[in-house]
Amino acid sequence: MFRSLLIANRGEIARRIGAVARSMGLRTIAVYSDADAQAPFVREADQAVRLGPPPPKDSYLDVQALLRAAKETGAEAVHPGYGFVSENAEFAQACTEAGIVFVGPPPASMARMKDKAQARALAAGAGVPVVPGSDGVVADLRGASEAAERIGFPVLVKAAGGGGGIGMAVAGSQAELEKAFRACADRARSAFGRDAVYLERYFPAPRHIEVQILGDTHGTLLQVLERECSIQRRHQKVVEEAGSPLFLDGRNAGLLERMSQAALAAARAFGYANAGTVEFLVADGEFFFIEMNARLQVEHPVTELTTGVDLIGWQLRIAAGERLTPKQQDIHRRGHALEFRIYAEDPVRFLPSPGPLNVFRPPEGDGIRVDAGYAEGGVVTPYYDPLLAKLIVSGKSREEAIQRAEGALERFEIQGLKNNIPLHLRIVRDRAFQDGALDTHFLEHHAKP
Amino acid sequence: MDVPAHITGTVWKVEVSVGQVVTAGEVLVILESMKMEMPVEAPEAGTVKEIRCQPSQAVNEGDVLVVLAP
Repeated sequence: MFRSLLIANRGEIARRIGAVARSMGLRTIAVYSDADAQAPFVREADQAVRLGPPPPKDSYLDVQALLRAAKETGAEAVHPGYGFVSENAEFAQACTEAGIVFVGPPPASMARMKDKAQARALAAGAGVPVVPGSDGVVADLRGASEAAERIGFPVLVKAAGGGGGIGMAVAGSQAELEKAFRACADRARSAFGRDAVYLERYFPAPRHIEVQILGDTHGTLLQVLERECSIQRRHQKVVEEAGSPLFLDGRNAGLLERMSQAALAAARAFGYANAGTVEFLVADGEFFFIEMNARLQVEHPVTELTTGVDLIGWQLRIAAGERLTPKQQDIHRRGHALEFRIYAEDPVRFLPSPGPLNVFRPPEGDGIRVDAGYAEGGVVTPYYDPLLAKLIVSGKSREEAIQRAEGALERFEIQGLKNNIPLHLRIVRDRAFQDGALDTHFLEHHAKP
Repeated sequence: MDVPAHITGTVWKVEVSVGQVVTAGEVLVILESMKMEMPVEAPEAGTVKEIRCQPSQAVNEGDVLVVLAP
């Protein structure tokens, strides 16, 4: 095992990785921007190096500054956390070339996952179901019409040149397809300068369910069970849980088994090692590969708490070349866990709300864990994502976890900025949530003020 | 009419210039905060009389970004 670790991240995840690493006897090195000089993750580290001014491109995304900090401090390994440089294959490669261990998958594996079309083709080649769609771009309305007939309605018409949902249009029938095709092509031309569009099957109310993967560099690959992350706003997760309510009490066991095997097959196709996650859309008793995330997920604690597998600890041991000791048959779920992302944002319109944390008092108690990036008296700046803390609540059953969560959310005191605790309270009190009737459009229809 | 920032963040882009005629709902300025781009739109039609911000400037919620004349 290496003896020192540079953590190329900030906030709650830098703090959490630091705590795990120090518990394993490692010397931890924090890096920070001027906006984070007083943050808990900097204070708690054994050593801290300033990267630069607050904007991410001048600090946490600055590959040269990160490499310099690692060399100056003699860091033997770098953990990138999530976001920032975590999925940057060039950074991983540069670390490797500098003789520094990158805690993550092999750079070649990261490169295979980066391009969505390539990742989709690799997964499909490994027998993993992907969302049915046109083979690439459709040339004209006739091509679109033929593709839609094959895929089945409703279809989603998407711009090939861009992302972020710009131009996407849904068509429920051949009659609607012409309008959707023209609208999307026009929008694509004005936004991206090319009017190329492609088609995908549209799911009106899918669930987002993902499978945790853990692999070592000696060929052992485990699936560490599923998580459900259907409650989202602007395609970002808000509440996650393990296990998925879809599979509680042994329901839909065949589907879960097929999905878990597909996740392993996808990870194998990518040549994966370390911790990663295979994401699926689940609808009408079927599942479809979305992508594989080559990093630790924000929501990893719900897996840790219900399986007892120390994901960050294993990431470090695997990066050091150790073999996974748990076997697939040792991985079982005990109880249920929920994670609530506490965001600095208005709880109705979800607008960002940076500001001072005049009061910040997380709840304590049985089954309650809070991974916070900030402390009382700190300031939340507009430079980074709005995640203040993760409230993670576990219980013997989903019902117990929900009940505990309601109390914990009521006791969580934050003053000085707007935050989404009121939204979380509406969610845990919502009948559909309690019934586990989730889909990715949940917040459009439920938990309204 | 004063058009204020509806969030605290930094100015990413100014989409209009002084003297320009704008319609209601037209994007005047794009702010960036917490990894999100948030457009600031004209509440009603008018002419841009004054621009009180520039790219990469930090602004607070309520700061006037653009002044419109009817």
